[in-house]
Amino acid sequence: MNLEKVIFAFTIILALTVNFGFFIGEIDNPAHHHVYELYAAIFVNAVATILKFGDRSHIGAVLLATSLVAVIQLVTAAGVWGYAVHVAEIGLTSTVMASIVSLSGGAVVANTVSVALLTVEIVLLRR
Amino acid sequence: MNNVFFLILRRMRGPLLLLSVVYVIATFGLTLIPGVDDHGDPWRMDFFHAFYFISFMGTTTGFGEIPYAFTDGQRMWALIFIYITVATWIYTIGALISLLSSDLLKNALTIYQVDRQVRQIREPFTLICGYGDSGSKLVSAMRHRMMRTTVVEIRQERIDALMLDDTDINVPGLCGDASVPDNLMLAGITHPSCRFIVALTNDNAVNLHIAITAKVMNPKVRVICRADSHEIEANMASFGTDYIIDPFDSFARDLGLATYAPYQFLLSLWLHSEPGDELNDAQIVPEGRWIVCGFGRFGQAIHEEMVSHGLSVQVIEPDATRANLPADTIIGDGTGEEKLTLAGVQQAVGVIAGTDDDSNNLSIIVTAKDLNPDLFVIVRQNEHANRALFRASPADVAMEPSGVIARKIRTILTNHTIDEFLSLARARDDQWARALTLRIRDLGHEMMPETWEVFVDEKNAPALVDTLRRGEELRIGHLMQDYTDREHTLPVIALFHANDSGAFCLPPIHTLLKEGDKLLFLGDGFAQWKMKWSLQNESALEYILTGEATPQTLVGKWLAARLG
Repeated sequence: MNLEKVIFAFTIILALTVNFGFFIGEIDNPAHHHVYELYAAIFVNAVATILKFGDRSHIGAVLLATSLVAVIQLVTAAGVWGYAVHVAEIGLTSTVMASIVSLSGGAVVANTVSVALLTVEIVLLRR
Repeated sequence: MNNVFFLILRRMRGPLLLLSVVYVIATFGLTLIPGVDDHGDPWRMDFFHAFYFISFMGTTTGFGEIPYAFTDGQRMWALIFIYITVATWIYTIGALISLLSSDLLKNALTIYQVDRQVRQIREPFTLICGYGDSGSKLVSAMRHRMMRTTVVEIRQERIDALMLDDTDINVPGLCGDASVPDNLMLAGITHPSCRFIVALTNDNAVNLHIAITAKVMNPKVRVICRADSHEIEANMASFGTDYIIDPFDSFARDLGLATYAPYQFLLSLWLHSEPGDELNDAQIVPEGRWIVCGFGRFGQAIHEEMVSHGLSVQVIEPDATRANLPADTIIGDGTGEEKLTLAGVQQAVGVIAGTDDDSNNLSIIVTAKDLNPDLFVIVRQNEHANRALFRASPADVAMEPSGVIARKIRTILTNHTIDEFLSLARARDDQWARALTLRIRDLGHEMMPETWEVFVDEKNAPALVDTLRRGEELRIGHLMQDYTDREHTLPVIALFHANDSGAFCLPPIHTLLKEGDKLLFLGDGFAQWKMKWSLQNESALEYILTGEATPQTLVGKWLAARLG
């Protein structure tokens, strides 16, 4: 067992699960999407990205790319949230909530690709 | 660049992870702690404000409580995290700085730079292994002629010296062991434009290794090697090393030449020196009894050469166990009066101080000169740094191995026709050589003029080739005419002419030229420039041949046709 692999697999899967937790629910209903979940999703995805820094294998590079996509999607979602509430001061209307959740939905897809790649790597290794 | 980038990312993983964890906890905590707004109502900080506050707190230790004054709970949290964030930042920045100044990153960066610079070279270049005394002389001579070189050298301080010498021509210098093929690859051994590899390191075995590596990895490249022993030379020759330079043998041969043909020797010395060097006088090496102190590689080479010219030689050598010692050798130290007198210094015509220690050599020549002021003194100078010392010493000739090597190799790399000319010239007698040296001295005003090759081919002399293809006759004398005034002859000497029927010294000016000929000229830089102009410019050549300037442009040609 390789501790580095455990930590990385844990982070990748946690990134997907936490993000999915935020994403699930009615798309335009603020009561179904908690801000702390979005916060945790951003953090876990950032950690997953940093963990892949300096990995020179091909699959490592693709994993870094998918994590980067997820982070960018989620940070954009958080930015929309902050802009709507504090700058434009229109509050969490259903339009705003829908764009936030759809952005995080994109991140869920990226996370799913990460997990798929991880699975492929494990299957290829067969150890 | 990839290497460097990945190295930074990999090393920064830890600090960046720590930084994000600290920020996440600090921001998260602020959103949980109850606060009050400006009306005294309960209020919780949202993520936007919490992250904003933590961000400026971490970098500036805070400049105000926003958007409302904090409660004591919030202040306590901020107090703890002021210290933690600042410490984390210091750690992160420290890690980055130590990474940037680490040797690992510097090496990765230089390797990347050298690799890129070498790959960008488009013109023919020479790879020089070893940037010692002779290596640096070679590189600067090549720079002077606008020729590209790359360098592999094992000592970092020599690479630093190379970088400090940097002028307009970039010389990529790699610090590394030249016996490692990867280093030679980086310096361009397999580069399609690599023409020569010069192995000049202090280690014979490394030079041998470079030669064999070059022959295996790039058979097209020509290899020039320094070798200090005959076994290594034989080994190098066995797999086709193109030029093997033994400083001691070549100096001994020069000395032999100087004894029986002083002007031949002078001619060779001048042509192997740099343009602008002072033209020294012929030194007549006297015939008679010689004393050689030290029977190492240098002493042996000299002894062999002198004996073969019928000179009588007395050897003084402290080590009685040395191989090949002549039977009448005096065992002892040549630095003292006693052994020198025993060797017959009073009757001798010359003494050669050939040990591998500069202080001993100086001591030998000073003592010998005291005993017999008429002696001709030849001294072996081992360290380049002692140059001034030997110049001031009473020695008639100081032999410096690195200087001998640099001269020989420079000629091979920059103007190999000189060696072809000299080997032909050897067949003439010394009076012929003396007459030529007088002409060169007149031409150069006591300074060595330029020497240059002329190749009659499309690339180097397009105007010449076009004229020849039209069936017109061209003679060597035409090249020596001034294209600004054809009554005037350029101050140059045609030294050498080679064509398919043979090679000739000092060809007469009415010799006909053919495509594919090779010539060697000697003259000042201005004459060289003018000659090159008429090789390439058709109207200049036309003027030299006919005395008329032909129109160059289409309109001019049309006008000339209409009017003429």
